[in-house]
Amino acid sequence: MNGSPALALQVGAIGWRSVRRTLRQPATIIPAIAFPIIMLFVTSAGLRASESLPGFPSVSYFDFALVITFMQGAIFATAGAGTDLAADIESGFLDRLALTPMSGAGLVIGQLGGAVVFGVLQATFYLAAGLIGGATIAAGVGGVLMIYAMVIVMAIGFGAIGIAAALRTGSGEAVQGLFPIMFTLLFLSTVNLPLDLIPVDWFRWIATVNPISFLIDAIRSLIITGWEPSVLLVGFAVALGIMVLGVALAAVALRGRLLRT
Amino acid sequence: MTRRRGWTSAVAGIASRQTRVLLKSPALLIPSLLFPMLFFAALAGGLAELARVPGFDYPAGYTSFQFVFVLFQASMFGGVFTGFAAARDFESGFARRLLLAVPHRSAILVGYVVSAMVRAAIIMAFVTVVALLAGLDLIGSPLDVGLLFALALLSNILGSLWALGIALRFRTMNVAPLMQVPFFVLLFLAPVYVPLDLLSGWIREIADVNPVTFLLEAGRALLVGEAGPVGTAWLVILIGGIILGIWSLAALRSAERG
Repeated sequence: MNGSPALALQVGAIGWRSVRRTLRQPATIIPAIAFPIIMLFVTSAGLRASESLPGFPSVSYFDFALVITFMQGAIFATAGAGTDLAADIESGFLDRLALTPMSGAGLVIGQLGGAVVFGVLQATFYLAAGLIGGATIAAGVGGVLMIYAMVIVMAIGFGAIGIAAALRTGSGEAVQGLFPIMFTLLFLSTVNLPLDLIPVDWFRWIATVNPISFLIDAIRSLIITGWEPSVLLVGFAVALGIMVLGVALAAVALRGRLLRT
Repeated sequence: MTRRRGWTSAVAGIASRQTRVLLKSPALLIPSLLFPMLFFAALAGGLAELARVPGFDYPAGYTSFQFVFVLFQASMFGGVFTGFAAARDFESGFARRLLLAVPHRSAILVGYVVSAMVRAAIIMAFVTVVALLAGLDLIGSPLDVGLLFALALLSNILGSLWALGIALRFRTMNVAPLMQVPFFVLLFLAPVYVPLDLLSGWIREIADVNPVTFLLEAGRALLVGEAGPVGTAWLVILIGGIILGIWSLAALRSAERG
């Protein structure tokens, strides 16, 4: 069972299982797609007053806020990938899997494959909702492709963090506990207002160093400004950094879990 | 009398077990505490500029304005998190054994609700301490402020009953988004960022009839000792509690059959 073809088979099997499992759970996928879209419309309506603040970009708040959907999609990737794996641990499936020649890498990459497929599906819905709501993508079709690329890297990175949490705790409830934390990280960023319009020093400092801000600024630049290579490069570098960190955490957690098993 | 004592002891047993599990498990307790506190920081700090929007006239300032929202959110989500615990108990098989062991099944529901209120009280205490350190201004009288906290604590029951209804129907953690998402949306369809008068368009029309709006408006009025829809807020708790109580009892019946 060693070698890349075998690994590819394992990844394919686990990935396909992950995708089918996700698609068979309407109670999981409908909120994950609908919630960010609802929040986009709700937040943009609730914060429309921000448009009157001096220094706010000369775009509608709806365009400014469209990025929220992609970031929330990433958060759902964290919770989704982790919860499924935690369920496998709680049901004993992982223990049985550990008795087979399945490699740890195959398990993790397969689960991430499911997260990526779901992430792309989500992003398609979010883009459609944004365009229906009147948003325009300033960077054009190339910008849309770039958004998909960011979404894929983020789905791998955040999905891996969820998987690491599942492997570490073995508890679906604990993985779901990541949802609010990730959500808070999202709010401690430039998601609601540009950095220049954040008056509180400590908040501005956190938003400046918060990796989520770089991801937001990169995707937002494609939507409201057009092509800004420096912002995009930094955003991609941060997304790749989160991916590497997430996969490393998942690998360490997997080793610990298999040792315990 | 014996039946009643049996019911009470089942409630106390379930509530104390859930509370012990929460307090002994950092992976469960820390997110419960961090979520509202960080959310408070994010809203009060990140959106403070909104206090400069023409028409914003809350006398206690933006930090206190957001404190009320976060207090209710923390309490309601304390209830939603208890739904997670119930779903986990079904996945592990514990809840099945509970159904066999407890003759008066309503005690199971009430036990989870009581544990949710204990969880909410802990979270609310933390949030309040953090808010006081961040400059929370309690202008209202001790009675007004006490009523605010009572209202917020009781709103926890609404979150618990909703989430327990979902947990008992589906009996899996995979439906966790279904427990939290509707509540989250309902919360944000209220005047979260700016006062009700500064909302416009469709969100204003929804906010005008959203039950959470009455809770927030009453809470914000009590915090500064002004007149607000306090009576309506109590009615929201009462009527919401009855409706969601029926919803969760029906889910309990479904769990008994399933």
